[in-house]
Amino acid sequence: MSAKPGELLGSGALASAAAGQASRSLWAQAARRFRRNRAAMGSVYILSLIAVTAVLVPMFWPHGIEDASWEKILAPPSFDDWHWFGTDANGRDLLVRVFYGGRISLTIGLLTTMVALSIGVTYGALAGFVGGRTDGFMMRFVDVLYSLPLLFFIILLVTVFGRNIYLVFVAIGAVEWLTMSRIVRGQTLTVKSKEFVESAVAIGMSRSAILARYIIPNVLGPVVVYVTLLIPTNIVIESYLSFIGLGVQEPLTSWGLLISQGSGQLDSAPWLIFFPATLLAITMFCFNFIGDGLRDALDPRDR
Amino acid sequence: MSALIDCEHLEVRFRTEHGDVCAVNDLSFQLEAGECLGIVGESGSGKSQSMLAMLGLLADNGHATGIVRYRGRDILNLSRRELDKLRGDRLAMVFQDALSGLTPTMRIGEQLAESLMRHRGLSRAAAKSRVLEMLEIVKIPAPATRYRAYPFELSGGMRQRVMIAMAMLCQPEVLICDEPTTALDVTVQAQILRLLDGLKRHTGTAIILITHDLGVVAGLCNRVLIMYAGRAVEMGNTADIYSAPQHPYTAGLLRSIPTLKGDPATDLPTIPGQPPSLEQRGPGCAFAERCEHAFDPCTRQTPQLASVGTAHIAACHRLNS
Repeated sequence: MSAKPGELLGSGALASAAAGQASRSLWAQAARRFRRNRAAMGSVYILSLIAVTAVLVPMFWPHGIEDASWEKILAPPSFDDWHWFGTDANGRDLLVRVFYGGRISLTIGLLTTMVALSIGVTYGALAGFVGGRTDGFMMRFVDVLYSLPLLFFIILLVTVFGRNIYLVFVAIGAVEWLTMSRIVRGQTLTVKSKEFVESAVAIGMSRSAILARYIIPNVLGPVVVYVTLLIPTNIVIESYLSFIGLGVQEPLTSWGLLISQGSGQLDSAPWLIFFPATLLAITMFCFNFIGDGLRDALDPRDR
Repeated sequence: MSALIDCEHLEVRFRTEHGDVCAVNDLSFQLEAGECLGIVGESGSGKSQSMLAMLGLLADNGHATGIVRYRGRDILNLSRRELDKLRGDRLAMVFQDALSGLTPTMRIGEQLAESLMRHRGLSRAAAKSRVLEMLEIVKIPAPATRYRAYPFELSGGMRQRVMIAMAMLCQPEVLICDEPTTALDVTVQAQILRLLDGLKRHTGTAIILITHDLGVVAGLCNRVLIMYAGRAVEMGNTADIYSAPQHPYTAGLLRSIPTLKGDPATDLPTIPGQPPSLEQRGPGCAFAERCEHAFDPCTRQTPQLASVGTAHIAACHRLNS
């Protein structure tokens, strides 16, 4: 690739500002760097494809997720009769179930991450910003929760409140915000001592305005990276919750549940585990590549 | 007549692992409306900390005692809410490091407009036109373009102008400049100083200029306060101090200014030694061990500020005897 003339001028930003072009924020610059990362961009495309098919395929596929067919129990993958991924022990089409499970897995991954994100960022930023004894108290509380094993916590929740899919959201989100709050608190401590915070105080900004407009936007870089790693983590957690029977319940399904069911028939019907596991693995890879790409794009050393 | 700022016996202490450190000791001065006071001293002499203390900007482990009155009202013990109303509106500060004084995630204009919207309750549009005006005043070329720029897209001098614009937006009565030009090269420094001088003339804003550059003080300030190791050692009109410094430290500082006439081959006169550590201060004059005139009482007793001329005070035992 040959360098464009603008890139020879070092940062390029000064040049563009001088030329009167719209100025680019740090985020816009990061986006430009991100787009140059082939693995990350490829992952974005693949992931979008998976997400779109997960939404569309169950809507248009000739088989529904609950349509059982007695003639085709444990049929291997074939192009006959639209059973491309084969059928399961109840004669249900595996393809539609895999994509439908993908919907649920991705939704759980996203929603739980949102829960973790909002609690974690607020809590961590508050602890770091207020500091002192409050900070100590808030972070010790996090330490205590951290010491509870995740599985134990979730089993507890499930036995108390019964099995339902919303509980899975709450349980995973409630556990995963802990790490997020630690990351955000650490970043807040760094940002808090920056001069622009002092100058914000000196122009008379209120504490809440400083937190919301000066500190949180500046801690988001590492948070964004962590989010892309948290989504696959949460999908995996959901998978293993479903695998041990605490997560999504029949007739709904998810990748974890499909893998769990498939693992019982690994010898007789390997396709049952092959397809959901492959899709899960591809999704994990994609999120990790995206996280990698974001980390490179947002790396402060490049600024 | 009461002064705009009346600072009496200001003391700033920091709690550290090695016990309390006294960064500013018994500092008193007045600032009249429209004047320019230079505060000169080397690093650690307490000049910045005393100003930060006045605005309630001390670090968490810092504590200020004494009285600082703004228009007769004690501002040292105001609640944070009350202080926020004054800061940025009536009392503004320009920081030393313009490079990191602006948040990288907000456009320049938005950051400036915040202060106006907060203190003056202006709408976004009204604030914007005022900000553009102010950017024009601090001589930023193409203000409309810069309004939408991010801080890292501006040069150091330009950012310092933006910081000054931010401080001047609400037309404060007191502008505290903490070494506004140290991070900049000399030509830009001259431009910034000319800008400050112009602002002072046109708006009548009183300026406190913290610096260690005596040349800067001579060009801009009517009065000078010299600090050493947390104490004021000499204060007076700029002309008096430059022509007849009374404290040996001031005299030493003035001798150390390089001149164009001097022989480049000879060493510049310096003040021997290091300023004392603030943690272990015994009795006596803090400057005693570096002072060529030190004599008996200097190591035993802290000298008090005494009048040595019209509106000219200095703290040295030699002057009393």
